[in-house]
Amino acid sequence: MLKLHLHQQTVERARKAARGIAGSFDWLFRDYSSATIERTVIRMLGIDGATSDGKPLPNMVVEHLKARNVLNRGSAYWIANAMAIKGITAQEAAEQVARGELDLVSCGTASQDAIEDILDQLSDSMLAHIQAQKEHREEQFAKYGPRRQPAIYVIVATGNIHEDVKQARAAAIEGADIIAVIRSTAQSLLDYVPYGATTVGFGGTYATQENFRIMRAALDEVTAQEKRYISLTNYASGLCMPEIAVMGAIERLDLMLNDAMYGILFRDINPKRTLLDQYFARMINAYAGIEIQTGEDNYLTTSDAIEKAYTVTASQLLNEQFALISGIKPEKMGLGHAFEINPEIENCFTYELAHAMLTKELFPNSPVKYMPPTKFASGNIFKTHLMDAMFNFIGQLTGQGVQLLGMMTEAIHTPHIADRSLAIENAQYIFNAVKDLGNELSLAPDSFINNRANTVLEEATFFLEKVAEEGLFSAMARGEFADIKRPENGGKGLDGVFRKDASYMNPFLTKMKAEMELA
Amino acid sequence: MKNKLIRPYGDTLGDGKIQFSFSLPMPATEEGREAARLILRQMGCEDIDICGTRDLNEGFTQFIAYATCAAAVDPQDIKVKTVDTPVMDMEETDDFIAEHIGREITVVGACIESDAHTVGIDAIMNMKGYNHRYGLERYQYINAINLGAQVPSEELLRRAREEKADAILVSQVVTQKNIHLKNLTKLIELAEAEGLRHQMLFICGGPRISHELAIELGYDAGFGTGSYSTDVASFIAITLAGQRDKH
Repeated sequence: MLKLHLHQQTVERARKAARGIAGSFDWLFRDYSSATIERTVIRMLGIDGATSDGKPLPNMVVEHLKARNVLNRGSAYWIANAMAIKGITAQEAAEQVARGELDLVSCGTASQDAIEDILDQLSDSMLAHIQAQKEHREEQFAKYGPRRQPAIYVIVATGNIHEDVKQARAAAIEGADIIAVIRSTAQSLLDYVPYGATTVGFGGTYATQENFRIMRAALDEVTAQEKRYISLTNYASGLCMPEIAVMGAIERLDLMLNDAMYGILFRDINPKRTLLDQYFARMINAYAGIEIQTGEDNYLTTSDAIEKAYTVTASQLLNEQFALISGIKPEKMGLGHAFEINPEIENCFTYELAHAMLTKELFPNSPVKYMPPTKFASGNIFKTHLMDAMFNFIGQLTGQGVQLLGMMTEAIHTPHIADRSLAIENAQYIFNAVKDLGNELSLAPDSFINNRANTVLEEATFFLEKVAEEGLFSAMARGEFADIKRPENGGKGLDGVFRKDASYMNPFLTKMKAEMELA
Repeated sequence: MKNKLIRPYGDTLGDGKIQFSFSLPMPATEEGREAARLILRQMGCEDIDICGTRDLNEGFTQFIAYATCAAAVDPQDIKVKTVDTPVMDMEETDDFIAEHIGREITVVGACIESDAHTVGIDAIMNMKGYNHRYGLERYQYINAINLGAQVPSEELLRRAREEKADAILVSQVVTQKNIHLKNLTKLIELAEAEGLRHQMLFICGGPRISHELAIELGYDAGFGTGSYSTDVASFIAITLAGQRDKH
């Protein structure tokens, strides 16, 4: 069987360093909250909708509390207080705030018991719904069988959710296991989640709860028809990470793009805001049984894929430790990597194989996510199709968890229906052709592949130990990750981070932590 | 005259053979194939051979076809606008700037408006560069400032004014619904309004941008797929030096 011999002591050292780095943010996770975390709580209380000019109610409520300097008690407290005093629902409270008819702070003070009763009821009801969605997914997999490995993952990105549905259905029938609806290009930097079904987007379709619902319903139909559970994924990233996570949990998305550091490095979102938001977002993902997927491929699209291979490994190990803190189990960690080496380099395939085996063997129980060539994909669609085939070969040979299929038109446009179909045909042909080949092969003693994998591992370990020593924020500020300098107090969204008062309440955080036995 | 015309080439000069691949919202039936044939006929094709039919499900079908096409062009009538400054490597460009301009030149770059894809601007500007060509940051005589993704046009112009930029580089990767044209037009109109347009070079780049399109939009140059930092740096250095000579 094709297998590496990794230096186990180095693996332990690397994990220890990563654990130390991720473990040093207790203070942040314990003492702070953010605007989007509060909007998430508001959504979990059952509040949804937007004003006629498109401002989401959760944003209206948080701005209302922020303007009165009382957000540090938590939005849950103020909504429940108004509900107790006025005898109204959470939704009614939010609507009255939006219309300027209710002041959450000066409307009176209910007893602590009354407030706790209300929050207890509302949080039980939301968490029960999320549990039911998780159980439904598990039942479907039990009924129709588990996802194939590697799973076939394709994107749709027309900008119009109804057009996306047609393309997603066609792809699922042809064999796709996972449908990703790519977001409109600017969404990660919006500090709100747009509302309702959308038909215009750029480079993708807006992530909204209604769009999630529409696509999930369509894929449920295909699931029943094809007798294969079709998974849906979207992006819990950017300035609304936990809000999108909870929308996904409510509407039964099955996977979520969620990287602990991507927003900081590649979207210039404030480091504290990002780490704090990912902590709560991932806890929701964990509770909902949603598989997360991380974005290590981004390190290779901006840097050399051989020279900087270790940054992928280092980031995977950090993502693993941050995920564990939020309650995500290894079998729900789709740690990412990518096939991005310059195809003109001699033996580039051998390097790719070494890197792919390293990821797979460092995380043997995780559905690791393998990303296709993009940087060297060109307008020559025939060559790109061939590169995608080589990428698919490694995916099956090394048993990757999820194969994000390359499109021959990667460098040209968001995929047309036939591009996606040809990508699926490519993957199915290769996956079937080399299905059990990995069992027949073994590496030569002292092989290049084995040595290369250990070299990358050593470089990653050395890097993580250095970061552990100087601290993650300081390392980011010095540009040690992806050659991009990100100071602790720079970037977007820092003004949304605040210190919690001693009386702060977030019943969802408390209950999820208790149920998942998290520290 | 006729013999100067050229036609698509398969295996015999003048045979007019073209390979097609397209999808129709039609099922993979004889009716679907006939629809594909009629589309090609309306395009002026003959000898139509629908050699591949792929059922895409949900009432869509992909057709792969070969046909001959009567279209022909006279190469002598072709006029294309291209960037025609010579391309120098990094050292040559640095030497050229030192000799002909005599000071460091400032280049401010960004992905503007909604565009979050920095892969193009990074390939040109980042120290690291792309495919064995160092980026502008590495040039000794270029002060390269990369503002990154989703920079509003107003912000890019403000920085360019502050830094007394010699050139602005704009990248547009996302082109869905021609968003790149809207963004590029907005920037150039703002620059005109602020009186900056002729104080610096305006250069755009991206996978769907050609020099001709750039000129049409009011830019000094455009760089498409396959362009490197060396192409951009050489153009800037030589054009700036040329402008100095005129003054």
